[in-house]
Amino acid sequence: MSAVLEVEGLVKHFPIAGQRAVVQAVNGVGFSVARGETLALVGESGSGKTTVGRCVLGLIPRTQGAVRFHGAMIDKRHNIRSRDLRGKLQLVFQEPAESLDPRMRIGETIGEPLRQLDMAQVDRVKRVREVARRVGLSEASLEQFPAELSAGQQQRVGIARAIVTSPELIVLDEPTSALDPTARAEIIDLLIRLQKELDTAYLFISHDLSTVRYVSHRVAVMYLGMIVEQGSAAEIFSHPRHPYSIGLLSSVLLPNPKLKREVRVDLKGEIPSPIDLPNGCYLAGRCPFVDEQCRAAMPPADQVGDGHFVHCYHHRKALSGQVALDYFDDFQAKAEQVLGAGRR
Amino acid sequence: MQSANEPALDPGEAGALGASAAGRRWTRLKFQLRFLLAVLRARPMFALGYFIVLTIIILGVFAPLIAPYPPETANPEDFLQLPSGRHLLGTDATGMDIFTRIIYAPRIDLTIAIAGTVISAVVGSLIGALVGYYQEMRGIRAFFAGFVMRAADVLQAFPVFVFAIALVAIFGQSLQSIIAAIAFVNTPIYLRLMRSQVLAIRNMRYVEASYVSGASDVAIMLRHIIPNSLGPILSQLSVNIGWSVLLTAALSFVGAGVVAPTPEWGSMIAVGFQSIITGQWWPSVFPGIALAVTVFGFALVGASVEVLADPSRRRALGGTLRQKPSGAA
Repeated sequence: MSAVLEVEGLVKHFPIAGQRAVVQAVNGVGFSVARGETLALVGESGSGKTTVGRCVLGLIPRTQGAVRFHGAMIDKRHNIRSRDLRGKLQLVFQEPAESLDPRMRIGETIGEPLRQLDMAQVDRVKRVREVARRVGLSEASLEQFPAELSAGQQQRVGIARAIVTSPELIVLDEPTSALDPTARAEIIDLLIRLQKELDTAYLFISHDLSTVRYVSHRVAVMYLGMIVEQGSAAEIFSHPRHPYSIGLLSSVLLPNPKLKREVRVDLKGEIPSPIDLPNGCYLAGRCPFVDEQCRAAMPPADQVGDGHFVHCYHHRKALSGQVALDYFDDFQAKAEQVLGAGRR
Repeated sequence: MQSANEPALDPGEAGALGASAAGRRWTRLKFQLRFLLAVLRARPMFALGYFIVLTIIILGVFAPLIAPYPPETANPEDFLQLPSGRHLLGTDATGMDIFTRIIYAPRIDLTIAIAGTVISAVVGSLIGALVGYYQEMRGIRAFFAGFVMRAADVLQAFPVFVFAIALVAIFGQSLQSIIAAIAFVNTPIYLRLMRSQVLAIRNMRYVEASYVSGASDVAIMLRHIIPNSLGPILSQLSVNIGWSVLLTAALSFVGAGVVAPTPEWGSMIAVGFQSIITGQWWPSVFPGIALAVTVFGFALVGASVEVLADPSRRRALGGTLRQKPSGAA
């Protein structure tokens, strides 16, 4: 399986004006995304997941680390605006309204990336129509302005603009969190369908775990700028091993109150400040399994399965005693039951 | 009124989609006219502003046809006449007809004001766009940006009026040097305005999307940043023209502007000013009213431009009226 995107040891520090200290937003993140695969980056606000996405695309310079696209380094010289990378990596934003130029007609917005590829006007118009049809936008809406569309429609435009160049990788930065549930479901369906048709790799950044469960093949759980656990979606959701992952998963509200679950890991307190990080494990202050070892040094990556890594000394303890039960599967089944009934 | 929420589904519209380009342009034009009327109905003050500005421009352009007397010929027999049928707004101390001179004045005043303001707007916005775009980067360009901003600070620290007088004194008392002085004192305004606009817009998501798809800095600026920052500039432009008319008049009033017999509001006020003490108020007051109305008119137009240049506010003003997708009737 050849990787479309490889990220190694990515570090991003933001300077603080007038101070020596820096915000350590991302601290050594590594992952890879293969063709047609969705890797989800999950974590709470401030965990650095969006920063990772922006570093990958070169929207902000990285402090350290390597980003490779099909094995070729992306750096200052050879960046996303270089001729051979143009249109190969794309981006969909969280805020659909802000991501569209209010003065451009929809058709123009969708076709804009093609202008960088020196495509003739006629071909551009044809391609825009084709893509618009694909994402479910009416031909008439191509003449409209962004403010005349609903948020769901606007997000379709954002997606159309991203796929118009047939990219190999799309970074989806919380593409559904600004939408209402109906629009969200539609956009998720659209994204999954498009991936099947176009074989695009997705880097799906989200804090919405129920969405992640639905779209992703692999999941990387981020906490304070590092990936604490990474593995296949099924593994992570049914047997989370890192105490943080367990805590994160048990914090999700399921729409069915009758689905009971015991709280296995209760994370207390707030996420620590990324300006002065603790010496040992970043979770030490909040973790119920914490001991001296954890406070002394950051636990190294421990491979616990095929492509399943976890940074924790006590992941066995965390796993044991927990019932292997994927609440999301239950939820999924329930949801499909309900939605399916409506559809048919 | 059409149901506006679901475009493209009604068959009539679908037929119109195939209409010729010319037909589409015509319907769009018709729509824009209807839209303008709706706006004017909602905001009658805008209409007043357009009316004032248009009237002044028309009076200035057609002054030779309208004016009953030559503007620069003194007629000592008729000096300081009260407003009457023969002299609509009276005459001044040299016997020149005040109405004639008032309607000739926009030719000078507006030319100076518009030329000076447009020059400063173009120069200021271009520099401001560059400064705003490169300010957050490092290296020589950021240094240059900082230098330009401090230079603007220094320029703005001078009292505008004194500064303009000094410039006219240096370059000599000619039309060009007054225009240059006005352009010079106004440039920092546009520089700052454009810079702040660009600083806000360059971090917008659509600019980032454009960057990711490989657009060059120039393309991003021309395609996204400048069109989106133009609204406040245009509105400032109109307000500033009115304000520059005032500055031109003020310069002439103190004798640093247009030279005496040329019809110009400021110098007319200055000349008439000497007669006020003896009870002849009209040589000063009428040009003063003309000046005030002009500034007011341009300020109103500026306010309307600000609203119309903002797509969302424009839509709110248009109310139920809404542009249909191409070709819809």
